Amino acid sequence: MSDINRETVAHLAQLAHIEMTDTELDALASELGIIVESVASVSEAVSDDIPATSHPIPLKNVFREDVVGETLTAEEALSGAPDEADGKFKVPAILVED
Amino acid sequence: MSDEILSFEEAMEKYDPVLGFEVHVELNTATKMFDSAPNEFGDTPNTNITPVSLGLPGVLPVVNGKAVESSIKLGLALGCEIAPVSHFARKNYFYPDTPKNFQTSQYDEPIAANGSIDIELEDGTVFTIDIERAHMEEDAGKLTHMGGSAGRIQGAEFSLVDYNRAGVPLVEIVTRPIVGAGDRAPELARAYVAAIRDIVKALGISDARMERGNVRCDANVSLMPKGSTEFGTRTETKNVNSLRSVERAVRYEIQRHAAVLEAGEKIVQETRMWHEDTRETTAGRPKSDADDYRYFPEPDLVPVVTDSEWIERLRGELPEMPAERNKRLKTEWGFSDEEFRDVINAGALEPIEATVAAGAPASVARKWWMGEIARIAKEREVELTETGATAETVVELNKLVEAKKINDKIARQVLGFVVDGEGKPADIVEKRGLAVVSDDGALSSAVDEALAAMPDVADKIRAGKVQAAGAVVGQVMKATRGQADAARVRELILEKLGVEG
Amino acid sequence: MSELIKLSAAELAEKLKSGEVSSVEVTQAHLDRIEATDGAALDESNRAAGKAGLNAFLHINAEEALEVAAAVDKDRAAGETLPELAGVPIALKDLIVTKGQPTTAASKILEGWMSPYDGTVTQKVRAARMPILGKTNLDEFAMGSSTEHSAFGVTRNPWALDRIPGGSGGGSAVAVAAFQAPLALGTDTGGSIRQPAAVTGSVGVKPTYGGISRYGVIAMASSLDQVGPCTRTVLDAALLHEVVGGHDPKDSTSLNEPVGPLVEQARAGAAEGGLKGLRIGVIKELSGEGFQAGVLSRFQESLDLLEQAGAEIVEVSLPSVKEAIGAYYLIMSSEVSSNLAKYDGVRFGLRELPKEGPMTIERVMAASRAAGFGTEAKRRIILGTYALSAGYYDAYYGSAQKVRTLIQRDYAKAFETCDVLVSPTAPTTAFKLGEKNESADPMAMYLGDIATVPTNLAGVPSISLPAGLADEDGLPVGIQFTAPAHEDARLYRVGAGLEAALNTKWGAPLWAQMPETESLIRDFDFGGAK
Repeated sequence: MSDINRETVAHLAQLAHIEMTDTELDALASELGIIVESVASVSEAVSDDIPATSHPIPLKNVFREDVVGETLTAEEALSGAPDEADGKFKVPAILVED
Repeated sequence: MSDEILSFEEAMEKYDPVLGFEVHVELNTATKMFDSAPNEFGDTPNTNITPVSLGLPGVLPVVNGKAVESSIKLGLALGCEIAPVSHFARKNYFYPDTPKNFQTSQYDEPIAANGSIDIELEDGTVFTIDIERAHMEEDAGKLTHMGGSAGRIQGAEFSLVDYNRAGVPLVEIVTRPIVGAGDRAPELARAYVAAIRDIVKALGISDARMERGNVRCDANVSLMPKGSTEFGTRTETKNVNSLRSVERAVRYEIQRHAAVLEAGEKIVQETRMWHEDTRETTAGRPKSDADDYRYFPEPDLVPVVTDSEWIERLRGELPEMPAERNKRLKTEWGFSDEEFRDVINAGALEPIEATVAAGAPASVARKWWMGEIARIAKEREVELTETGATAETVVELNKLVEAKKINDKIARQVLGFVVDGEGKPADIVEKRGLAVVSDDGALSSAVDEALAAMPDVADKIRAGKVQAAGAVVGQVMKATRGQADAARVRELILEKLGVEG
Repeated sequence: MSELIKLSAAELAEKLKSGEVSSVEVTQAHLDRIEATDGAALDESNRAAGKAGLNAFLHINAEEALEVAAAVDKDRAAGETLPELAGVPIALKDLIVTKGQPTTAASKILEGWMSPYDGTVTQKVRAARMPILGKTNLDEFAMGSSTEHSAFGVTRNPWALDRIPGGSGGGSAVAVAAFQAPLALGTDTGGSIRQPAAVTGSVGVKPTYGGISRYGVIAMASSLDQVGPCTRTVLDAALLHEVVGGHDPKDSTSLNEPVGPLVEQARAGAAEGGLKGLRIGVIKELSGEGFQAGVLSRFQESLDLLEQAGAEIVEVSLPSVKEAIGAYYLIMSSEVSSNLAKYDGVRFGLRELPKEGPMTIERVMAASRAAGFGTEAKRRIILGTYALSAGYYDAYYGSAQKVRTLIQRDYAKAFETCDVLVSPTAPTTAFKLGEKNESADPMAMYLGDIATVPTNLAGVPSISLPAGLADEDGLPVGIQFTAPAHEDARLYRVGAGLEAALNTKWGAPLWAQMPETESLIRDFDFGGAK
């Protein structure tokens, strides 16, 4: 059943933005394989006519009045920032020239 | 380096374009989509935010009820079905302008779906565009790229993020593929985006200013060889921020696709960036398997459930839509297609509507707003409504003319005094003594004098050349400093010379 | 050791009201106990000196706690009317966001982060004038059943220091079990309040989903997370639940209904005849195979006591719970993968630069997350990413949500004939530190959640309370009651009833049998232990 190999995990790690060593990829591939096999029976236990439950207690139409509330100051907003400049969050370049 | 392009005409000979649009509309609610931070453009960076808009650990979203109602209204205006049950979903992707690294949006259960709108082009051709869906979501923050060349992402050394815009409510309107526009495709693209802009403006749900990004368009273009019905590979052009750009970008992409296909190559499915300065697109990020957004129902929000009572209440609050209103006004006013189009293009629709409502005939309102007031506006480089002329000004001037108190020429002068702030037309006529001389005694002697001074002209008129009377009228008008009733002067001339008018 | 720390919150509240003790005395007594028993967490110099202890606290908030206590004492002396628990100190799981104190979620990725805002439960605790002693240890982002996944060291079980304290809320459970705090708040996503309560001989409640605000509680799995009380007595849990429960407009999933008469029901349950006529369903699937013998015998003993107290015991079946672990791990990890995406080194928290190659933001994010998250967090993020990815969604996440429907239906059916359901809280007593964490099979740890996860999937409330010590290892066993959604009050009634019966049987609360912590620590070889 499990089709999880190192390449699968490498792709998932890329999607999840987590850098991983080859050792980590191998370990995770094996562990995920075990987990996925153990949980696979879930898909066999259900049929099309069973509705999905996304919220344990069904609620609907919870809305907020369109009224401005308390805001953070720029100082508070930036208080945890690893890097900042000119009142903004500073991040490394998005793209690097090829 | 610019891409090869084919001439538009040649492209159209060989290919049929297929279009598709994703238009994002920023709602003008007081607060953001999921938190109570102010929905304000500009301001000091990172101040219009709460812990929620910044995505701090532990925060939770709460839906802005007004934004939901605005979205439903927009759905209704687009002829959509409103979903009985609609969920929010998370669209997962990492980008530094997205505080949670997922966008709260809607996926398989949008608030509105399956609508359509008719788009009328300038020559009256009508295209029906099918709307696939309109869904609610939130905007991202704003990235500024520093270092490198001219603020572009390529070659930037670092970027700065301002999250003031993060969480601003958006409605994304997605069309179904638009087939059959042929060489009208660029024009249709522009007209479609203009129609959406006008609708959201009329609804009052958005400031609808494209230059501020309130209405943003992503244009999808693909080509299929003439006669084929199989869609080609499409590209999605972003950064198209004016009506003119929409038209140009679609035209450019059609030409570029045609050149690629003519060269026997394949279109790369990708995002293209439009550059208004060079009027070209450049390649953005290629679409690939990496675009796996892993949508799933947003567990922190509960469904929006509508019922007919709610929907009908909102439907009842809808104003008349721009297209219907135009159609109605054109008929009511009896304008020709060309006249009406000119009125719209001049931005004179609202002033004329107000003037007609205040009691002037439509033709008179049009004459003033498209004529003398337009001239003044142009001269002073202001909008029509900023000239100082109002619907009441026009109505009053028209009454004075109809009562023959003043003639058209004097009326134009009076308008000049009105916009200079001298007061109301009737008062100005009074104060400046501009009332028309219609006293037959005074006019009669002026006519006699003019005829005596122009004996040869008088002879011509007697001989039946009635049109020569104009010269005498002119002489009388000159003598009375324009205050004579020209029609009466003409009558007197013909009377005195014993000629039938 | 001050005798004050052995008092329950209810008793402390009475003594504070009567003026017999001051809040400063009570708060100081607990701070002293923390100082004497918590060891490594106290400060860097202790850590460096290898001074070890329970390590239930990640941050100690002594100064502010004493200030709050002094202010309460002053206002009380001035004759002001104060909230019921004013002056009674409390510890908060370090997943609950606090202004003015660090909040780490026991993760390196948040080390040193100071929140600019308070969570709703934090605000309620402050409004109740309760001194906050500090923040308690947990598995990183509440992911684990042993507190071994904390980035800041394991928490030890005061019954046996080489045993796990349960998880993820090992710190809060140990804080109350070892008299470091009379009350603590925890969070429960799949058992993180109840299982630690069971293995430390304390009380833990997971309320109905939506009963207590999640605003300002760091999310693990949003559709499963619930805040709840960790205490030594059922009445104390009811008192704390009433303080922090209730509707919060900042949490869309918050129930818009009043908190039930919990304290009143706890008192009623403990009174003579309080359990008469109650129908209690024993969950067949959760009280037999796979459960430790000592756990089952204590469980049976409790059932006998309940019957003697006039309750009717019947057997019920929840056939779909066999899929609960699978469904739970799919839903939980999917939500985790998305909830933990915000920890990227851009707005707050750890930023780590890649050791080589281009310095793009993508790579900085990936390096920061690699350095900041521990193994279990990474494992669950990757599993969740997989479960949500294109082509697998229907088979995994979609199916798991359907299993959730089946489990809800099972509960609904069982509650047609029963007032509450009952099972042991966990299949075993506290296992040894390292025993399961070092196993190559991650399912070994996950399967321990079998009795607790079904209630999170269904959103129904549960309580765990001590049922005695297992014969084979002398370690605490927990018993768990589950009520229908919105009926949390029933848990307090039946819990208090059983607690009273057990205390009568034992002649004292179970904690009276717990070894003396300070000598336990003195005699323990921390060097040899993990």
